[in-house]
Amino acid sequence: MAEEKDKDIVLLSHGDGGLLTHQLLQDFFLRYFKNDLLDSLTDAAVFSSEPGRMAISTDAFVVDPVFFPGGDIGKLAVCGTINDLAVSGAQPLYLTASFVIEEGFPFADLEKIIASMANTCRVAGVQIIAGDTKVVGRGQADKVYITTTGVGYLLPGANLGYQRLEPGDKVLVNGCLGNHGLAILLQREALGLDSQIISDCAPLSIMTTEILKRFKGIKLMRDLTRGGLATNAKEIAMSSGVDFWLDEAALPVEDSVKGITELLGLDPLYLANEGKFLIVVAAEEAGELLRYLREDWSAEYACQIGDIQAGKGNVYLRTALGGARQLNMMAGAPLPRIC
Amino acid sequence: MTRQVQPGGKTVSRYRIVIKGVVQGVGFRPFVYNLAQVWGVKGSVLNSSRGVVIEAEAEENNVAGFLSELKNNPPQLSRISDYQLSKMPPAGYTSFVILASDPGDEKEALVPPDVAICADCAKEIIDRKDRHYQYPFTNCTNCGPRFTIINEIPYDRPKTSMASFCMCDQCAREYHDPADRRFHAQPTACPVCGPHVEVLDSAGRNVAGKENWLETCWNILQDGKILALKGLGGYHLTCDAKNKEAVKALRRRKGRDAKPFAVMCRDLETVQKYCVAGEKEKELLISPLAPIIILRKHLQTRLNEGLPEELAPGLKTLGVMLPYTPLHLLLFSGPLDMLVMTSGNYSNLPLVKDNSRAAGELGGIADYFLQHNREIVNRCDDSLIQVVDGEPHIYRRSRGYVPHPVLVPRGEDEPVILGIGGEMKNNFCLLKKNQAFMSQYIGEIDSLEGEENLLTSFFNLRKLTDAIPEVVAYDAHPGYASARVARQIPARAYFEVQHHHAHLASCLAENGLGNEEVIGAILDGTGYGTDGNLWGFEILTGNYDDFQRRFHLAYVPLPGGEAAIRQPWRTAVAYLLAFLGEEGKRSAGLIFPEKNLDVIERMVAGGFNSPLSSGCGRLFDAVSALLGICRENTYEGQAAVELGEAIQETAGNDDMQTYPYETREGIIWPGQMLAAIIDDKMAGVPVQSISARFHRTLVSMVGEAVERVSGATGIKKVALSGGTWQNQYLFRTAKQYFSARGFEVLYHRQVPANDGGIALGQAMIAHWRWRKRCV
Ligand SMILES: [Fe+3]
Ligand SMILES: [Mg+2]
Ligand SMILES: [Zn+2]
Ligand SMILES: [Zn+2]
Repeated sequence: MAEEKDKDIVLLSHGDGGLLTHQLLQDFFLRYFKNDLLDSLTDAAVFSSEPGRMAISTDAFVVDPVFFPGGDIGKLAVCGTINDLAVSGAQPLYLTASFVIEEGFPFADLEKIIASMANTCRVAGVQIIAGDTKVVGRGQADKVYITTTGVGYLLPGANLGYQRLEPGDKVLVNGCLGNHGLAILLQREALGLDSQIISDCAPLSIMTTEILKRFKGIKLMRDLTRGGLATNAKEIAMSSGVDFWLDEAALPVEDSVKGITELLGLDPLYLANEGKFLIVVAAEEAGELLRYLREDWSAEYACQIGDIQAGKGNVYLRTALGGARQLNMMAGAPLPRIC
Repeated sequence: MTRQVQPGGKTVSRYRIVIKGVVQGVGFRPFVYNLAQVWGVKGSVLNSSRGVVIEAEAEENNVAGFLSELKNNPPQLSRISDYQLSKMPPAGYTSFVILASDPGDEKEALVPPDVAICADCAKEIIDRKDRHYQYPFTNCTNCGPRFTIINEIPYDRPKTSMASFCMCDQCAREYHDPADRRFHAQPTACPVCGPHVEVLDSAGRNVAGKENWLETCWNILQDGKILALKGLGGYHLTCDAKNKEAVKALRRRKGRDAKPFAVMCRDLETVQKYCVAGEKEKELLISPLAPIIILRKHLQTRLNEGLPEELAPGLKTLGVMLPYTPLHLLLFSGPLDMLVMTSGNYSNLPLVKDNSRAAGELGGIADYFLQHNREIVNRCDDSLIQVVDGEPHIYRRSRGYVPHPVLVPRGEDEPVILGIGGEMKNNFCLLKKNQAFMSQYIGEIDSLEGEENLLTSFFNLRKLTDAIPEVVAYDAHPGYASARVARQIPARAYFEVQHHHAHLASCLAENGLGNEEVIGAILDGTGYGTDGNLWGFEILTGNYDDFQRRFHLAYVPLPGGEAAIRQPWRTAVAYLLAFLGEEGKRSAGLIFPEKNLDVIERMVAGGFNSPLSSGCGRLFDAVSALLGICRENTYEGQAAVELGEAIQETAGNDDMQTYPYETREGIIWPGQMLAAIIDDKMAGVPVQSISARFHRTLVSMVGEAVERVSGATGIKKVALSGGTWQNQYLFRTAKQYFSARGFEVLYHRQVPANDGGIALGQAMIAHWRWRKRCV
């Protein structure tokens, strides 16, 4: 193994607030995240706000591995928070980012992560306006952890909420399910599957902003992260007291994802996504919304996957054989039930 | 003492007799009436919810004669479980009458199961001169629908789905004539007043009615078409069993690759043309229970000189039954003598029972529908039995048996307990006093429809048995839908029961044992263990209270979890890797060259989605896949069934051998056996012999472990439970082994050894735990 050179890696002294810290900020963070608010380097970023309702969301990202097909921890940290705001009906404006870096983490990797964050921010039209960096000893953290906090304005006219769901509403997703979770898992577990599975990690705010402007019948959106479609649908169902009826045949899953999940005995409905969200929309707007997603946003695998019915907070999957199976929240690894 | 002198000068005595058990809907009252005429007894007979109440007044000797005849020669279908006699002051009765039913408040009368058509009715429907000629709903007090049409007790016409049919004068006359075979036959009907059939095509168009339905059905079936037939407890899908193409089409449309189809034959002669039926098997086939009997096909049948292989692919056996309703019998009065009779549903969904749902749910399978306007109240699948050493072993306890209780050792004043049962072959159990009311087969419940079926059936049986549970028991598996359902049922206490403990307790209960500690050899697929792993080859000691795990098969990871159960080749690879190391890896590569073994190996090594299992079913899977018998299961237990069937009937001396294995520290290690099996396979030993040796090795594993436990504890009773014991060869060999060594062998005959029996065990365990809690 090649000897690490001190100049190539993050050292504890990069976090002590001295010269090295300053250098780190200048060389990486300020260089990539360049904007007026950040550049002022005051103790707090100060910005003015317009009247209206604001949304704020925060998340810590500790994903292992930090690089994966289709993304990295930096892109994920930006998308995760932006998407939480986006599906809440907000237009994200600013982010803060806090880094905990393990001593010995290569600058080259750090730079890639920061560049990727900056790029994602540019695409989504948001700015990182405050941040922090800490370095901890080897083994006290795993490579790098990033916490992002985002603020945004609620779009005027957007009216999202559990209480709006009613029987007859349609349920849509914007694309294929399970890619992110599977990409991460394959990278992490070293199962010897040379896969082409690419994470769907992507910021959603521009798309959500546009559809919320156009479609007043949108009643709820949810990004399908941890626990996948099944767990998130169940959470919504329980909070709103209606039943979800999903149609197995309509669920978009890439063939490669299908093949590998079958081999591994996994269910793509429980795998995390980072660029997929669920939309509950009034029946009369469902068709047009679907067309809009597919044609104007090239979301060619966007699908109507089911509908809402009166019920007791359950999620049912109409299976290919004509029956209906109840979907519950993910609870650890599923154990076989066949005797 | 009160005495009364009759005009003739003789003294008379009066007794009140209360008879409990199956005494309604079995011709009991006309029988009593006629008996009273014979013995000159005056008084009355009455159906109440407590049972049949008889007032009998006559000279002491005559009453005695009447009573002894009543006790010793009751009607064929009745079952007297309790008999109370009390002497009363004479009332001066002048005649014997049948009184109207008394709804009562105590509901002790038992609802009778459905009864196959009797010989008298069978004669009438083919007699051109009889008014029941070709009438598919003909019945009498000795036969006909019961459980499947009853809404409420006591069992009387207004409480059944016959309530909507108003009897014609002729039927009413028979119904009220104590001398008639149809006296108080609740579902009695004739072409004038009863239900009728119609034949529809898949578009719902009526293609035949009550005049020409029969010929139309014959034509449909002879054309190789598939007919959905509304029977007694639900729809069947039927086609000409001898028409290979029709059978194949049915498999394709039903999405059922290989799971054997049951057939219905015109008569015993037809059965025997294709299958071997012993005395006990024949007796059961023609009995009023009319279950499906698993029979061995004749050799020439197996060589495909007669029946399509597609009926039961790869198997030497065939499930056969005889016509049990007039409708079935009429179907066989034409050109056809063998029909496939498989349950009318898509895989794993409940049997369809309502006309309104048939087209929607079976429309993709059936070309035509033969249906009728008598509602099926309680869904009920056919029962399934295999005769082993002359004794019937029940694999699915449903039509004909339900709701007869299984009697178990338990006191009068105990609370009602519900055992909700298992997950895949679910049925539940309502334990009331010493009666275990096992529900009809519910089947797979991991679907909305399955769950609804479980709940509806529960509410119905609760009503019919007047058994409202105070205590509820369910399996400990965290993913079982049955447990979720059970926890929704209001009760004073809930008990979580370990799967194999339930198997053991079920075996104890049906064999009438009290809370006695025995050794349990529980062999089945997978059940949730107390350590969070999947058990299934367990040598336990225990009673109803508690159990201890003494020996078990070594754990093997199941790569992909449920995927491994569907694909035995995965489990085979996992076994080879786990127990034979590098050598095993080489063998796996040779045996499964086309599979992605690298991934399996990494999954197993990293413990990725690979739960640990000690299930015997998984060992069967592995060996079956290694031998190339079955690498993918298309139905539950396929690999194991086919491996069991691979044994040649006349196994030579070689096959009496066992393979080596090790037993250390409570664990049975199968590594040496697997190595030897692979050696045999490579050396060209026929799979028939390998299979036999494998089976004998299992018996030896079980035997050795049980004997060690017996040596340490002094227990000499061994209970064989779990689905694996449905393997005849294994069962017989083990039974001989233990009998020869002075063990008392307990096994299942009244409830299934498979998960269809665990509801009883759950309920009995909950009973004892509840008692303990209450003292
Ligand atoms: Fe079991
Ligand atoms: Mg968040
Ligand atoms: Zn009859
Ligand atoms: Zn009539």
